[in-house]
Amino acid sequence: MSRTTTWLTAPLCLYFVGFVGIPLLLIFFISLHDTPAMTGIGIKGYIRFFSDAYNRGVLLDTLLLGVETTVIDILLGFPVAYLYVAAPRWRRFLMFMVLLPLLTSTVVRTFAWVVILGNHGLINTLLAQAGLIGTPLRLLYTPGAVAVAMAQIELPLMILPLITAIGGIDAHIIEASHVLGAGRWRTLRRIVLPLCVPGLLTGTLLVFTGAVSALVTQTLVGGGQLAFMPFYIYQQAIQAQDYPFAACVAIVLLMTILLIVSILNALGRRSAGYVHG
Amino acid sequence: MPPSSDTGQNAANIRLEGVSHRFGQTDVISDVSLDIADGEFVALLGPSGCGKSTLLRILAGLQEQTIGRVLIGERCVDGLPPRTRGVGIVFQNYALFPHMTALANVAYGLEAVGISRAEALVRARDALAGVQMTPFGERKPRALSGGQQQRVALARTLAIGPRILLLDEPLAALDKNLRLDMQLEIRRLQRALRITTVMVTHDQEEAMGMADRIAVLNAGCVEQFDTPEAIYDRPETLFVANFVGAANMLEAELQGGPEGFRLHLADGTLDLAKPAPASRPGRVQASIRPEHWSVAPADGEGPTATVSIVTPLGPSALVDLVLSDGRPCRFSFPRAQGVHLTPGDQIRLGLQPGAAIRLFV
Repeated sequence: MSRTTTWLTAPLCLYFVGFVGIPLLLIFFISLHDTPAMTGIGIKGYIRFFSDAYNRGVLLDTLLLGVETTVIDILLGFPVAYLYVAAPRWRRFLMFMVLLPLLTSTVVRTFAWVVILGNHGLINTLLAQAGLIGTPLRLLYTPGAVAVAMAQIELPLMILPLITAIGGIDAHIIEASHVLGAGRWRTLRRIVLPLCVPGLLTGTLLVFTGAVSALVTQTLVGGGQLAFMPFYIYQQAIQAQDYPFAACVAIVLLMTILLIVSILNALGRRSAGYVHG
Repeated sequence: MPPSSDTGQNAANIRLEGVSHRFGQTDVISDVSLDIADGEFVALLGPSGCGKSTLLRILAGLQEQTIGRVLIGERCVDGLPPRTRGVGIVFQNYALFPHMTALANVAYGLEAVGISRAEALVRARDALAGVQMTPFGERKPRALSGGQQQRVALARTLAIGPRILLLDEPLAALDKNLRLDMQLEIRRLQRALRITTVMVTHDQEEAMGMADRIAVLNAGCVEQFDTPEAIYDRPETLFVANFVGAANMLEAELQGGPEGFRLHLADGTLDLAKPAPASRPGRVQASIRPEHWSVAPADGEGPTATVSIVTPLGPSALVDLVLSDGRPCRFSFPRAQGVHLTPGDQIRLGLQPGAAIRLFV
């Protein structure tokens, strides 16, 4: 890369330093204060977070939500991505359907789920009219509802990398498997799946990080009773006015995500080694 | 069908009966009929887009022909998947599974028919040994050279004991030197296994050097199906004469009389014993290979020409000539003959004794 092109990235670098780097350092600095009044330097905030079972529960629930969302998206996204590659005539339609959620605001999409899952929502009304239930089922404000709504919103981020990965598999490799006598299932399991691992990891990375940090969806679909890390940060900072502890929670979430991202990246590098190169 | 990795005893003949393939509005293959004998090595030779690869895919069962029948071992295999047909194919880019070792690649086809992993690995090792790849069994394809990948792909295909071996441009991706080695290697394996083999290629030297018979394809039709010698010496169509080897295509007038046939070409005439394949007097295209010419005595009847370029090519020399009517023409002769030509020389051309020039309408 020449000197000139390096310098062309300077505005973005400055932007990141000013609006991402420095605020993060600031949050880290704030998290090292022991009282809400920002007096006393120490790590009491972190000790308080990890010594309380409620806090640990919030962290675990948030990570669990990330895992559930990712698993749902892999199960739903893989067939769509496979169909996209295998059926060229459906491509325009499928791509439109996949991208549609990305073209809508998160708030709108989330409210759609409230309308669908609510006590007088679509599902309960239908079930009641069919005479299957007497009282409305509690669908909204459940962890399952959050995972499902989250999965729908994050789905494109799983499908797009998977399409790239599956589309990148040489058609002759699939044919070679068939010619050697392997059926569709064996070919899928032994050839297609292993060769999509890099795409699967990219999708997992995007979906997981998106799901654990999605304040709006978690809060609107989850309601007040379900606490996840982003809302917990908001609560501590805005409602309890405890900035140091809110900063602690934020740093814990950030570090946890960074740890998971590094693990996925390391796995990705290993798997990319045998697919490309 | 039990796979057998080491015998060619169940090799089979192939018969294509009136096979046509349409893709949209175009005929990729039109009415191809071929009989390929048990254990024979046949090359499908033609320019890109002539339908040779499609024909191979139809044989393999990777594509279904629109019309016609494919018989392997006298049994119609239409609608059968490749493995059931007893067909193995080596793709041009080898299509090795990149995430598996060479050994696992070879074992894959054996495991696919339910052979236990242990047994499959034993047979896979044998198959790798058969192509001198034993030391490389644990390597992934990306750690193998092109020639080594080729060998693994061959071993993988042969391990499942196919009755028919199909090769799609097997040497196209290799360096020139390696190509000759692999030509011999494939030939050796094919002979040893006595396996019926069909190879697609656009390289006539490859086809000539490897195949028992060559089917020359053009625009979805078989132009000629014969031995390499016959294809070169007695091309049946203008296309074959043009495509295989170098030939001068010269418009001429054929005259026939009781005393024999004479070909009027530029300012001269050439005596022909038996014109073929076109034999009716009139306007013809004469296909005359550079080596058919000879330098005739100055008082002969053949056409005169002016030497424009002389290119020495090791054992032979190639001479670019201009005929008296301005048409270019090429002439080659063994340099050992001691003929010396320099640009500007005027020569009279004659035909080598026995030169089989071909006439087309």
